[in-house]
Amino acid sequence: MIELSLLDLAELSVGQHWYWTIAGYQFHGEVLVTTWFVLSVIRFISFTANRDLKETPDGLQNLTEYITEFVRDIAKTQIGEQEYLPWVPFLGTFFLFIFVSNWSGALLPWHVLKIPNGELAAPTNNINTTVALALLTSTAYFYGGLSKKGLGYFKRYVSPAAFLLPINVLEDFTKPLSLSFRLFGNILADELVVAVLVSLVPLVVPIPLILLGLFTSAIQALVFSTLAGAYIGESIEEHH
Amino acid sequence: MNPLIAAASVVAAGFAVGLAAIGPGVGQGTAAGYAVEGIARQPEAEGKIRGALLLSFAFIESLTIYGLVVALVVLFANPFAGL
Repeated sequence: MIELSLLDLAELSVGQHWYWTIAGYQFHGEVLVTTWFVLSVIRFISFTANRDLKETPDGLQNLTEYITEFVRDIAKTQIGEQEYLPWVPFLGTFFLFIFVSNWSGALLPWHVLKIPNGELAAPTNNINTTVALALLTSTAYFYGGLSKKGLGYFKRYVSPAAFLLPINVLEDFTKPLSLSFRLFGNILADELVVAVLVSLVPLVVPIPLILLGLFTSAIQALVFSTLAGAYIGESIEEHH
Repeated sequence: MNPLIAAASVVAAGFAVGLAAIGPGVGQGTAAGYAVEGIARQPEAEGKIRGALLLSFAFIESLTIYGLVVALVVLFANPFAGL
């Protein structure tokens, strides 16, 4: 009986979704549910930690301040001393959302909860989530560059030489593509490896790989926000 | 699914991951080698080197992950399944 329920943890259903139809559009319900869960976790931690702020932080306030400083450092190194401050909330949102999603997928036994079709897992193991995040990054760096330099922003497409125009245009498409594939592939690969191992040996053996998964998930959150910062910094930097 | 397409898909998925692992494997080896060399030369820079190394590993690894994504598409969302 125990073995049966353990094997439930190893269920693989890539490409199976729990479709919701809202106003004529089809949604992947399992992703929405886990996304709401992630959002409420982040919101709960932030509110409880910062409800009464102390001069000398302790407990959760310490944690949130550490995370804030961490995100600010990412933004500072990628975007630069002068411009980074307005972008901290943006990059911080990415970092927190991706980090908490990845870890919720690795730590919580989502598969125990049965849904009509498909399975609950980290929101980031659905390509639609990661593509949405990557497209937001594209929008952000276009917005950053255009609002900073106006139409002069498009000069970078013909620099350093005009014949590089196709490559520079292509880069705008490969950036979101690689961002989304990297995150999606890493998270899905982690879950697949763990699921395959659990189905072979349900006890103890998968633990090191789950730990490795936690590590790579954290690194992917860092990489995504670092790259988003790098792209934004690249588009708003001044050429002299 | 046509059995020929199924068989070809499985073989293709194997090749996709396998071939995509070669280059990044060599690359990660080179990067790690130089990082160790750097730490041996300057042990006090270990923290910075480790950070840069992990970040570049993540980038290198994403190349293999592209292969994996192709393999996953071929296995779970095969566009030729209906043929």
